[in-house]
Amino acid sequence: MGRDRCSGQPWLASNAHPNGHECAKGAATLHHGFPNAAHQLSTPHSDPEEETKMWLFGKGAEERPGRHAHGATHHEAHLDAVEAAWLGLSVGTHGHRHLRGIGKCGPRRWPKSRLYVSHGKRRGGRSRPDESLPDRGEALPGAWGPGLQPLRKVGSASGTMLLRAAWRRAAVAVTAAPGPKPAAPTRGLRLRVGDRAPQSAVTADTTSAPEAGPVLRPLYMDVQATTPLDPRVLDAMLPYLINYYGNPHSRTHAYGWESEAAMERARQQVASLIGADPREIIFTSGATESNNIAIKGVARFYRSRKKHLITTQTEHKCVLDSCRSLEAEGFQVTYLPVQKSGIIDLKELEAAIQPDTSLVSVMTVNNEIGVKQPIAEIGQICSSRKVYFHTDAAQAVGKIPLNVNDMKIDLMSISGHKIYGPKGVGAIYIRRRPRVRVEALQSGGGQERGMRSGTVPTPLVVGLGAACEVAQQEMEYDHKRISKLAERLIQNIMKSLPDVVMNGDPEHHYPGCINLSFAYVEGESLLMALKDVALSSGSACTSASLEPSYVLRAIGTDEDLAHSSIRFGIGRFTTEEEVDYTVEKCIQHVKRLREMSPLWEMVQDGIDLKSIKWTQH
Amino acid sequence: MAASSRAQVLDLYRAMLRESKRFSSYNYRTYAVRRIRDAFRENKNVKDPVEIQTLLNKAKRDLEVIRRQA
Repeated sequence: MGRDRCSGQPWLASNAHPNGHECAKGAATLHHGFPNAAHQLSTPHSDPEEETKMWLFGKGAEERPGRHAHGATHHEAHLDAVEAAWLGLSVGTHGHRHLRGIGKCGPRRWPKSRLYVSHGKRRGGRSRPDESLPDRGEALPGAWGPGLQPLRKVGSASGTMLLRAAWRRAAVAVTAAPGPKPAAPTRGLRLRVGDRAPQSAVTADTTSAPEAGPVLRPLYMDVQATTPLDPRVLDAMLPYLINYYGNPHSRTHAYGWESEAAMERARQQVASLIGADPREIIFTSGATESNNIAIKGVARFYRSRKKHLITTQTEHKCVLDSCRSLEAEGFQVTYLPVQKSGIIDLKELEAAIQPDTSLVSVMTVNNEIGVKQPIAEIGQICSSRKVYFHTDAAQAVGKIPLNVNDMKIDLMSISGHKIYGPKGVGAIYIRRRPRVRVEALQSGGGQERGMRSGTVPTPLVVGLGAACEVAQQEMEYDHKRISKLAERLIQNIMKSLPDVVMNGDPEHHYPGCINLSFAYVEGESLLMALKDVALSSGSACTSASLEPSYVLRAIGTDEDLAHSSIRFGIGRFTTEEEVDYTVEKCIQHVKRLREMSPLWEMVQDGIDLKSIKWTQH
Repeated sequence: MAASSRAQVLDLYRAMLRESKRFSSYNYRTYAVRRIRDAFRENKNVKDPVEIQTLLNKAKRDLEVIRRQA
């Protein structure tokens, strides 16, 4: 019977399968030997799934179209079944008759309260030595639960339904395991978040502080600093944090192969968001590293002929700092000023380009004031003058549509934690046609095409890929919603408070980042007053210093207005109630602080503050 | 066929909303409920059965995600 020969021990499986398939020698043994079937699998998903499968089933397997009479669903069911077997789950599979009644066999018989584990003689079970399996009935918190995650995307509905029941059981068992459980969600319209304070998983239950009710945490309105992980992203990452922990650069075993497959799939997801080819995406540790690679790498590579770079005054600190360090190496850098609106003058850019300019770096969306630079026009100028164009798109990727070919972008930095992905990961897009040469900053084993050596962190890049895919699907919905909320916030504040200035061009503006200056109110004191709302008065990287933001200074705001600026961030998870609460508190506190302000009194009396001669002491 | 799939869709919708309410984080909870409602409403008038099935499959997968993460 097929069942016996195709046991769940793929590493022992012979090359010829009873079903008439033939495994390519040395093919990944995760499968049950469908090297040719892979080509026949037409999924509703995009090509990378196919590529992944083709990869998994062994490169170079030729297409033999006439070979299989089975459909895609059938193969996917096998795939899932194999995965299940691989993970020690007893699933009725491989005998084809089981697949007809998918969902009707195997899983239903398993006891509800346990994590099921193959115990040998179940239907379709494997006779695998039990030493690698957890003890009967022991619930490993989360260990086995999401293990089949990768197949979720691969399998069809019917194929994965087999396992869904399985996962439900596993999930029940897992949640029944001892451990801190979050408090019941607060009911009704609670404007404050009612979560339990984080507890470490180690201290189990009674040793922690006695139940004092849910700890209230501030509203989060600082999405430019970082964003929460989307639950879908976390779900995609979990298997790679638990079971699929292989190093993607290990070429000799299944752990490495599956990690590499996941990494390549993530690369494809990132690439499809920006309209690039997957080979042009290099994973890094974040947008800062990407910016460093782009600026220092390009400058140093073309050092012999090109010695000039152009950037703007409103760039992120890492760009400005990289340029500063290049200046110390002997390069010249032009820091273009911006207009009052925050947008650069294209004529100035054209005038600044010299014959020995190697790179122009302009960020797509500013993280402090939210202005959108005219990237397409800048790309046009740069490509006509044969200068490489780099853009720091950390705040823009996944929020506004970007296409590196339409906008003629040569290098682009992407940050994971700005698009509801994990922190500690990012990517850089480096164009291949025409090829942009970059000198690697980090030496090592030549990973990532030699441009960024070091083991690629599979869970993080899987998270980044998932975040990009979610962003691509949700872009329109999010943009519409965020625009509406931003409109609401600005209108409500402006109609109740006089002397409020919005920094940045109102038209070329990403709605989710609103920077308002409240005249006659000190920004820090307003921030402290708004203690229920997590806000920022500028970028997180400059928040430690007392100086007002250099971005605000670059757009020409007065010192006093620059000191009183607050940045409101609206993101995917921001609710209308949060916005209303923020508006209400903001109005209340601004009014209160203005009441206390002597400057405000003088303004009310009609005195022009600019005309005052402050006495010298 | 149409009647049963309508019931199916409604069951799925209810199940998703029920599971979403279990999120302990306010932001995730409100997002999930809102997004599910808006997505089902938006696709209310889809007629093509293949497309309907695709959307249902995606919804089922998302339901599993919510079950795991909530």
